[in-house]
Amino acid sequence: MGKLFFYVALALVLVSGVLFAPEHAGLAIHPMDQFGVESLFGGDHIAWYTPTNVTLWMLLAVVAIIAVLVLGSSNRGIVPSRAQSVAELAYGFIYKMVEDVTGKDAVKFFPYIMTLFMFIVTANFLGLIPMSFTTTSHFAVTAVLAVLVFVTVTITGFVLHGAKFLGLFWVSSAPLALRPILAIIELISYFVRPVSHCIRLAGNVMAGHAVLKVFAGFAGALGAGAFLPIFAITAVYALEVLVAFIQAYVFTILTCVYLKDALHPSH
Amino acid sequence: MASTTHDAGHGAADAAHGAVDAAAHGSSGMPQLDFSTYGNQIFWLLVTLVVIYLILSRVALPRIAAILNERQGTITNDLAAAEDLKAKAVEAENAYNKALADARAEAQRIAAETRAEIQAEVDEAIAKADEEISAKAADSEKAIAEIRAGALESVKIVASDTASALVAALGGKDDADAVASAVAKRTEG
Amino acid sequence: MEGDLAYIGAGLAGMGTGIAALGVGNVAANFLAGALRNPSAAASQTATLFIGIAFAEALGIFSFLVALLLMFAV
Repeated sequence: MGKLFFYVALALVLVSGVLFAPEHAGLAIHPMDQFGVESLFGGDHIAWYTPTNVTLWMLLAVVAIIAVLVLGSSNRGIVPSRAQSVAELAYGFIYKMVEDVTGKDAVKFFPYIMTLFMFIVTANFLGLIPMSFTTTSHFAVTAVLAVLVFVTVTITGFVLHGAKFLGLFWVSSAPLALRPILAIIELISYFVRPVSHCIRLAGNVMAGHAVLKVFAGFAGALGAGAFLPIFAITAVYALEVLVAFIQAYVFTILTCVYLKDALHPSH
Repeated sequence: MASTTHDAGHGAADAAHGAVDAAAHGSSGMPQLDFSTYGNQIFWLLVTLVVIYLILSRVALPRIAAILNERQGTITNDLAAAEDLKAKAVEAENAYNKALADARAEAQRIAAETRAEIQAEVDEAIAKADEEISAKAADSEKAIAEIRAGALESVKIVASDTASALVAALGGKDDADAVASAVAKRTEG
Repeated sequence: MEGDLAYIGAGLAGMGTGIAALGVGNVAANFLAGALRNPSAAASQTATLFIGIAFAEALGIFSFLVALLLMFAV
């Protein structure tokens, strides 16, 4: 049965490749076009309030989050429905992460971290829908997320520990002569954190989507031979599903790690 | 096929030209670096984040926490109830075992009692039988003794008769008293 | 001419992505080796594994970004 299905799918790909082959077969690959920000209702000028595809897909992310976390849990079942168990899994996953990585006293940051995780993971998965727009592939978006984390960590650190928070950079376990050098390195790494935090997420998502687009371009150019790139697209897509989750996870757990520095700065 | 490859090569060259053109025009190459859209993205991102935060912290998270707590409570209660029932089951089993042991002991007691009763009856019967037997034996002995006594008497009479007859035959004087004493003397000796 | 040089630079920068892949593989391989030696401690260290992979991978993404910048922005 599976084999038959496979051959039927292969035949469909080959036939459609012959039928819909472009008039002038060629590599017309524009991998970055999918990231373009466009106004939803026409017009070239994009002001800060213009509803764009960014607005649309962020709205869809909010709708998806409401659907899973709010509507899914509305039955309050002791025996959960599917949506409710997804909501409970997400809750338990992030709650345990905050507790384990940052500590029990970090629970007051839990809604904030949950917001970050849910937004990133939903935006990543929505971006995997063909023809969609991936909000997390833009540095503007991830940079705001990363800077928010950076500011939160820094302010929390100074509010809770005052000047002692600077002890984070003064590695007291190192020999005295090395400490100033280490302090400079620590300081630099502290300020590089938001940069790598933001570029890691946007870069991963962007790279995956660009690779998919490049293979799609191959498929368009090869006509009947398109089944090879299509298999590649399938494989890369599976990888991207994994990456979509792992990058959200990594972003969240790094947030927890940075917050731990602010709450318990003993180096 | 060869011509296709050739075309593809041309296409690649065209694409490369296009990219160079795009690069020459600046921002259109990489939308991520088009700073004119940054304000828009940041504004909508902040709106989205605030909305998600409010939804999560006001509605979703407390509700899910309540559900999880409630389930935890239910599970704890159910576990306690199960523990209770288990204890009851163990108790019932103990009672059953005790009843069984009691019944067995009772049965043994009854059996022993019955056996003892039967034994007593048997003993009584045996004693009675023995008594009867010994009575009968005594009777028999008495009868035998009587018979024997009778026989001795008869022997005395026969002996004295015979002795008198002998005395008479020998021409002696029939002295009954002397014969009787002589016979008695002889038979006793 | 300058555009062509930018493409060469982009290709060179793209190699950095592969080198970062070596780093990620190194992290994963050592984690696996340690996990097989002491499987009971492995589960508690998956978070550390992902943090390590993320740091190694971030540098590869940096070089990918440099390649993109050279191709599209220079």
